[in-house]
Amino acid sequence: MTTDIHQYLASFDDIPGTRVYTAARARQGYQLNQFAMSLMKPENRARWKADERAYLADWPMTDEQKQAVLDRDYNRLLDLGGNIYFLAKIFSTDGLSFVQAVSTMTGMSVEDYQAMMLAGGRSPEGLRSKKEKR
Amino acid sequence: MARITAGVGTSHVPAIGAAIDLKKTGEEYWKPVFAGYEWSKSWIGTEKPDVVVLVYNDHASAFDMKIIPTFAIGCGERFAPADEGWGPRPVPDVIGHPDLAWHIAQSLILDEFDMTIINEMTVDHGLTVPLSLMFGEPDAWPVKVVPLAVNVVTYPPPTGNRCWALGEAIRRAVKSFPEDLNVQVWGTGGMSHQLQGPRAGLINAEWDNMFLDGLIGESDALRHIPHIEYLRETGSEGIEMVMWLIMRGALGPATRCLHRHYHVPASNTAVGHIVLEPITGD
Repeated sequence: MTTDIHQYLASFDDIPGTRVYTAARARQGYQLNQFAMSLMKPENRARWKADERAYLADWPMTDEQKQAVLDRDYNRLLDLGGNIYFLAKIFSTDGLSFVQAVSTMTGMSVEDYQAMMLAGGRSPEGLRSKKEKR
Repeated sequence: MARITAGVGTSHVPAIGAAIDLKKTGEEYWKPVFAGYEWSKSWIGTEKPDVVVLVYNDHASAFDMKIIPTFAIGCGERFAPADEGWGPRPVPDVIGHPDLAWHIAQSLILDEFDMTIINEMTVDHGLTVPLSLMFGEPDAWPVKVVPLAVNVVTYPPPTGNRCWALGEAIRRAVKSFPEDLNVQVWGTGGMSHQLQGPRAGLINAEWDNMFLDGLIGESDALRHIPHIEYLRETGSEGIEMVMWLIMRGALGPATRCLHRHYHVPASNTAVGHIVLEPITGD
């Protein structure tokens, strides 16, 4: 039972509003994610908080990645190879919860996002497939 | 001989751990989440398993991007709670069962599952939240734990079919362990949730309940669900549910449902929980 890797990967691009963390993204975002991981250590967090740009200078990330980190533009960071569990180290250091940080990727206010979750979450209707519009 | 007596499936949302640690379980928001575990806490108090093989995933805590094991088994003596960025959870260390863990690891490798063996690691909310949900807040966990970490972060994760087959192999391995042990297998993570991108917040209660239904009885249809279906139907993080299939596979050909719970939301996530026992024909 062999899966065609090309079809397998191509199918991910058909999901609306979603960046699947593929090997290609993992390669692109390697230094970005490892930078985020470095914030797990208290001494690194202190250095990061004191001067974000100086801290980033030590990491061989692209200028785009560094700017997106400084902007806390999480959708952009996903596009540049970030993974949410690693990016979580950045927003946790900022003191944001998952709900607060995740809502910034949806174009909704955190209040509207929380209200949507309390009402049962976002329906998958129309968000399963771009091609099939279902 | 050791035997697998039950399976537990449960979400492992970090906010649930925070609610317990910050004494918020009585708040209106959290009450319905925890109410669904009351039966299970009392049940496990009577069952008194000796060991739990606890299937979970690490969330960039013990493992970063340097090494990505698909299936890793913890063979160490003990595992401390991870510092996930705001200090470790105030929960007891997790005590391993190295004899059983090594027996399972060796048996699995000879059964053609090429496991990664971990002697030292910390364990994050993926492993400790299920323990808190099932045992509350004891001074020491009343069970030994064999951690089984699955990569569900970097694609591709293992297929559902492979997870189910791994569960079947764990069943064979446990049954050949000479000591008389009451062993449970827990599958954790899920249910539907998406933590990233404009589609974040997706919840699919209908699909989640179809999945819970599928764990009960003789059907093995769930093992054939492809990754793309989890992604489309249950959000990018719903893929964690493949870990429940390791638990289901370990219960053998058929199961009976003892308890079931479903609640939306906990943070960004649908909480699912099920307690199953094997109907043994062998």
